[in-house]
Amino acid sequence: MNQVPGCRQVRDEVMSGRTTCAHVAKNAIDIIRTVDESLGCYHEVFDTEVLETAEALDRQVADGKDPGPLCGVPIAIKDNIATRSGRTTCSSRMLQEYRSPYDATVIRRLKDAGALLVGKTNCDEFAMGSSTEHCAWGPTRNPWDTDRVPGGSSGGSAAAVAAGTCSGALGSDTGGSIRQPASFCGCVGLKPTYGRVSRFGLVAFGSSLDQVGPFARNTEDAAMLLEVISGYDPNDSTSADVVVDPFSENLDRPIENLRIGVPVQMMSDRNDPGVNARIEEAIDVYRSMGATITSVDLPLTDYGISTYYVIAPAEASSNLARYDGIRYGHRCTQQPGETLEDLYSRSRSEGFGDEVQRRIMLGTYVLSSGYYDAYYKRALQVRRLIKEEFDRAFNECDILLGPTSPMPAFGIGDDMDPLQMYLCDVYTVNTNISGHCGISLQAGFTDSGNGLLPVGLHLQAPPFQEHRLLRAARMFESATAHHEAVPENSPG
Amino acid sequence: MNEREMELGPDQIRHVAKLSRLELDPGKVSEYSRQLGLILKHIAKLNELDVDGVEPMAHPLPLTNRLADDIPSAPMPVEDLLMNAPEVEGAYLAVPKVLDEGGA
Repeated sequence: MNQVPGCRQVRDEVMSGRTTCAHVAKNAIDIIRTVDESLGCYHEVFDTEVLETAEALDRQVADGKDPGPLCGVPIAIKDNIATRSGRTTCSSRMLQEYRSPYDATVIRRLKDAGALLVGKTNCDEFAMGSSTEHCAWGPTRNPWDTDRVPGGSSGGSAAAVAAGTCSGALGSDTGGSIRQPASFCGCVGLKPTYGRVSRFGLVAFGSSLDQVGPFARNTEDAAMLLEVISGYDPNDSTSADVVVDPFSENLDRPIENLRIGVPVQMMSDRNDPGVNARIEEAIDVYRSMGATITSVDLPLTDYGISTYYVIAPAEASSNLARYDGIRYGHRCTQQPGETLEDLYSRSRSEGFGDEVQRRIMLGTYVLSSGYYDAYYKRALQVRRLIKEEFDRAFNECDILLGPTSPMPAFGIGDDMDPLQMYLCDVYTVNTNISGHCGISLQAGFTDSGNGLLPVGLHLQAPPFQEHRLLRAARMFESATAHHEAVPENSPG
Repeated sequence: MNEREMELGPDQIRHVAKLSRLELDPGKVSEYSRQLGLILKHIAKLNELDVDGVEPMAHPLPLTNRLADDIPSAPMPVEDLLMNAPEVEGAYLAVPKVLDEGGA
């Protein structure tokens, strides 16, 4: 199957004159046209603009200039990241027609690096969900099995990369929304340390948890993308003024005496057996490369879901209060005699889907008078305990290792209670609660009984240790060929 | 807080919806009540832990205020800011009348 090459390959071929940005762009758009009807990764494809940008880049290259580290590289963007091009909908009727008057900082950085922004990708509404089914305009399908979900909430970006419609993509991760879809779709997905990447222009969901991060087909490409989007931004006072290491350099140098901790809580026998088998194999791979493997006990991580589902809805209920039908977003049709308050309430209920309304109510409840201390304050206290538990673990280990998700991709339309859906995030939410960084890597397959499905290996590293995280990930990649697997049954 | 208090009955759902400025479909109240009840029951697990004296952690980073130099920058054009407004009159957002005739 025809695939857009990865970031490094595109950049090298363009700069050496073996191909042109225009050719790369046309190829990407052709592939999207071929496969996206059955996958539903994209809300919008910027055909005309991409070609124009590509031709302008080609002229610069012809003049002997270097337009940047991502010159000619086609990148897809999750539709909760503001772009001046097209709409920024968050997969919500609320923002169906919303056009951002500015580019997010990450978008500006990608453009400055010479990237080609191919289009906006589907996601769960306002990034709330784990399946990319809670969307105003239908689900995205998993390229490995189109009857299954791609994971979520950044499922469109994950599937777009896995299906080879682009070299890389951006998503956002509030409780696992980059890593879990990367796991389900068999690609690389990285959640940076909180503050590493500017959130300016990322539509806010859980402001103390949200981070933008890359999807790619291998760790080197993920490192290239992360390098471009990272760094302090005066427009985001929560972005950290911390040196951005050249993440893509020295990636191939293995970490000597690597100490890996395997949390016992993550190797639960309730996990899919194929998932546990692949993770055990990954442990053997690291052991054979000289790493020390230790079992670590992180009992407080069992409280992660409970903590997360207080903090994230609380922050969401506050952030989503801005959608009131006044300045932008959906406004209901007014009836004579209706008050301004009626306008707010009906606009919101018409604009938001069920899951979003459920979370707003949950968040409003835990913040409401009389319940604030019992829920919100207590969750913030447990948050600190969880963070301290990770700090202690990272004193003993360089990297924590486990599965990204307890199970592989589930079926589209599987009847799941909201709580069951929330429990899918059990291994990823703690990274966001604590604020450090994590990555999901393709680690092989599990047999669904009806074909093979990808399994994700989850590595975590201390705050601002993305270079360590990527180098450890690259060690696994260099010893295995899992990342080279391509979904052959995928349409096209 | 015991489990009974953690339940969200239909009246409480309607109250929370009002606080949230949501106009709930009356047919969905009992479903929301059941679903949110299950979630709150799971959240009640937090009561197992002793958190006495633990400083709440609102944020992963130790943040301090950052002051920008007091230099005006180019503002976003009004047309750009109004292009997403549902209803505009001139250079203003139009909203339904808030005050009664002769009021205020």
